[in-house]
Formats: sequence, C-alpha cells, structure tokens
Amino acid sequence: MGASLEGPFLAELSGVAKRFGQTVALDGVDLRVHAGELLAVLGPNGAGKTTAISLLLGLEQPDQGSVSLFGRSPLSAEVRRLVGVMMQEVYLAPELRVREHIDLVTSYYPAPLSAEAAMEMTHTTSLGDRPYGKLSGGQKRQAQFAMAVCGRPKLLFLDEPTVGLDVQARKLMWNMLRQIVAAGSSIVLTSHYLEEAEALADRVAVLSRGRVIAIGTVEEIRGLVVRKQVSCSSTVAVEDVRAWPGVESAHRDERWLHVTTSDAEALVRRLLGADDDLRELEVRRAGLAEAFTQLTQEASR
Amino acid sequence: MSAISATVTTEPPDTTTMPVGRVAAAYLAEARYETIRMLRTPAFAIPFLALPVLLYILFGVVIFGPAIAKDPRAGRFIFTGFSVFGVMGPGMFGFGMAVAVEREQGLLRLKRALPMPPAAYLLAKMLMAALFALVVTATMIAATPLGHLKLSVVEAVGLVAINLLGSLPFCAIGFFLGTRTTSRSAPAMVNVLYQLMMHLSGIFYPLPKLLRTVSPLWPAYHLQQIVF
Repeated sequence: MGASLEGPFLAELSGVAKRFGQTVALDGVDLRVHAGELLAVLGPNGAGKTTAISLLLGLEQPDQGSVSLFGRSPLSAEVRRLVGVMMQEVYLAPELRVREHIDLVTSYYPAPLSAEAAMEMTHTTSLGDRPYGKLSGGQKRQAQFAMAVCGRPKLLFLDEPTVGLDVQARKLMWNMLRQIVAAGSSIVLTSHYLEEAEALADRVAVLSRGRVIAIGTVEEIRGLVVRKQVSCSSTVAVEDVRAWPGVESAHRDERWLHVTTSDAEALVRRLLGADDDLRELEVRRAGLAEAFTQLTQEASR
Repeated sequence: MSAISATVTTEPPDTTTMPVGRVAAAYLAEARYETIRMLRTPAFAIPFLALPVLLYILFGVVIFGPAIAKDPRAGRFIFTGFSVFGVMGPGMFGFGMAVAVEREQGLLRLKRALPMPPAAYLLAKMLMAALFALVVTATMIAATPLGHLKLSVVEAVGLVAINLLGSLPFCAIGFFLGTRTTSRSAPAMVNVLYQLMMHLSGIFYPLPKLLRTVSPLWPAYHLQQIVF
C-alpha cells in the first residue's frame, strides 16, 4: 500500500508519541507530507488528527520522536513563514473587518498577497467590509481560509476547512484547493467528509486511536477493503438476504435492494437463483466511506 | 480568477527571511489593529478613560476642595492617587482579561502557529495601556485648576512620561494573571488584586503604621512616590 516515499518532503512526524495526562493522543506516528501533494488525514473524533497538525506547527512538543518542518524545527519562525494555517476552533476579534483581519496576517509574511488579492482569490471580496463578528459560520470559515492563503504559503494546514459551508461554497473551496496544489503548494487537510478526501486527496492517512492504520492513495485505501456493494431491482425480501453468508448489511429503498457483502460472487449467484425477474444488477467496490468504517472498526477491536 | 491564483502560488517566496521593514510593518499592523479594536469598543475604553478624572473632580474639587485650598500637599496627594489609579486599570484589566480571553478562544494558538513576531502581540497591548495612561494623565492635568493645584509645564510633562512608563508593571501583573486564569475567572482575580492594591498601597488615604510597612510591596505605592 505505501505510496511512494521517495521525493522531497516538506514536513515529517517520525516515531511521534504524545500524551495529554492519561490520554494517549499519538502513539508512534510516522507521517510525511510530500511536495505538491494534498494529504488528507482522516479518522474518527479523538483519533489524533488535530494533535498531529499541532505538532507539525510547533504548538505541541512530542513526548517521543521528532518533528520537522522544511527540515527544521517547527518552532523556528523562519519555516513558519512558509506555512498557512486554518484552525478548527478559533474565535477572532468580532469588531475587526474581514479585510483588516487578512491585512494583519499578511503583515507577518515576507512576500504576501495584498488583502484585496487574497479576497479576490478566495471569493470573499464581498465580505471585506463586514465586521467578522457579523458573519455566518460558513462565511467565517471562508474568511479564515483567505487568512490562511494570503501569505502565499508552500504548505497549508487546514483543519476541517469546509465545516459549516453550504454545498456551493464547499465545491468552490474544493476548486481553490485543487488550484493551489496544481500551482505547486502542498496541503494537509483533516476532514469529517470522506467524499472530500475522495475528491481531492493525492494520499489519505487514516488515524485511529493515535496510530496511522492505513496510508496510501484513495484507490489503495479502498483496495484494502474486501467489501463490495451489490444493488439490484428485485423482489427478494431484505430480511432473507440479511441471513445469507457473507452479508454484512442490507436495506431497501423505493425499488432498489442494496447489500454490502464480503463475498459478492456468492451473493450474486444466490440472488439470481432466487429471483428470475431480477434486473439492473450492479456490483461496486466499497467507497472510501465503507473502507474507512471497516478500517477503523478493525483497528478498535 | 484563475489568472490571479496562478500568480498567487506559482512563485512562492524563495527566502524565508523578513526584511527589517517588513518586521517593523508587522509590529505596526499589530498595534494599529489593537487600537482600532479599542476604538470600536468604547464601552470598554470610556470607563477607564473617564473615571479617574471624574473621581478626581469629585474628591479633589467637590468634597475636599475647601480643605485643599488651605493644604496644597493634600491636593497633590489626591491628584497623584487618582492618576495612579487611572494608570493601574488599563494595564491590569486590559492585559489580564484580553490575554485570558484570547488564550481561551484559540487566538493566541493561531498567532503562535502564524509567523507573527512574538513580541508584536505584547508590544501592541503595552502601547495600548500606555495610550490610556496618556489620556488619563492629560485629562487630569487639564482638571487641576479646578482643584487649586498648580503644575508647571515641566512637572506636567514629567508626570505624563512617568505614567507612560508606570503603566508597564501593571501590564506585567495583568499579563501574568491572564496566563493563569480563564475568561470567567480573570475579571474576579484581576479585581481582587486591583482592589487590594488600591487600598493597601496607601495611594488614597494615609494608612495605619502596621499597614504602611506592607504598602511598598505594591507597585502603585512606588508610582505615587515618584509622581508625588
């Protein structure tokens, strides 16, 4: 599974362990961010995603292992000038306007965009004169995104960037992320939305209970999972199908029967035998969401 | 839009060093936006700015005015007492509460992750406290003719200068408390120390002998000694 480990990497966690009191947040994590990639870090709540990002930004120190950012310690202000950040929980001065917040952040960087250009790039120009405190949750995330990119970073850390965005704004942000990667920067993104990782990520790292339980391309992660999705239009009763060997779950919507199974061939044979009128048979490999669920369940056993 | 984003990211900065001018600009921006925030929250600023001069007029003019006319030293005592009081508040409350709140709300964490020059945050808040001390001292000096107090220009300028610097120890106390408290406990903790200092440093009234031995523990005592 391991995706290519060659090539330059911008940030690295190496054998990192981190506890908070009795809680083990990270337990021997190795993670590299390569130049020009979008790495999605996925995992259930409390898996250690935010801790991993905090370590890479120098906000926390590892108990064991080492952390490097552009080959240096993340505590060095110089390397942080190459980094843009969007955090999950942050409350910014409500009385400052969006333009002013962005302008303040640009002042920290050696060769930033202007606030106007950053707003134009992130489609937030219309928010520029609004006091930050009057924005909706989604608009606040958009403003924070503009603050993350305004320093022209080589590496962007985005912790749950699209939480609170409506569908249109999310798609817009996805496009911006694709353009940023296409232009040569790297992105580390945590997300609850698996379809976000599926749509954007060059590589996916799945964290569970402080460990990296899988890492690779979206295809590779999906390939780790033997489950398949079988759908068809059939009169076979859902209750019967649930009892068949290999079937993990089954449900029916208006006219479709959907079955998740670890043995698609056996299921299909039996379905065809049970229903001569069966139509529109479809067999799919598990998506990232199913793979993710199975991987994290296995890891917590 | 694509043209803009292309120019945005294709040429990331080759160097991570900040020219001196850019560093200075970061300090200035931090101070400027701190000031703008203050101007837009007059409900915080006005009480701290207006209270010292109002209390000085109440005590130094209305209540004790006739007595002071006979004893100029008493007038000076009341004047310096309220000027110290005016310098204490913005440093302790401004710094203490802001640091506690901004630390809790994740703003300090974000600023630590960003390449903000670390001292810029502190300096902006120190400048703000000094600015408050300036306004407080200036308005009080303007009110001295009402209180039968004659200050020479040299004395007035000296007073302003001392009070500007004099705000620093109170900033330090506020900063310390802000790093140890939460946004909910900060007002209470700052207030306890503020009240104790006001009354035990002897800036408002002569203390009994026993208490006088501990008043040098408070920075307010020393500031009054200097400005008196």
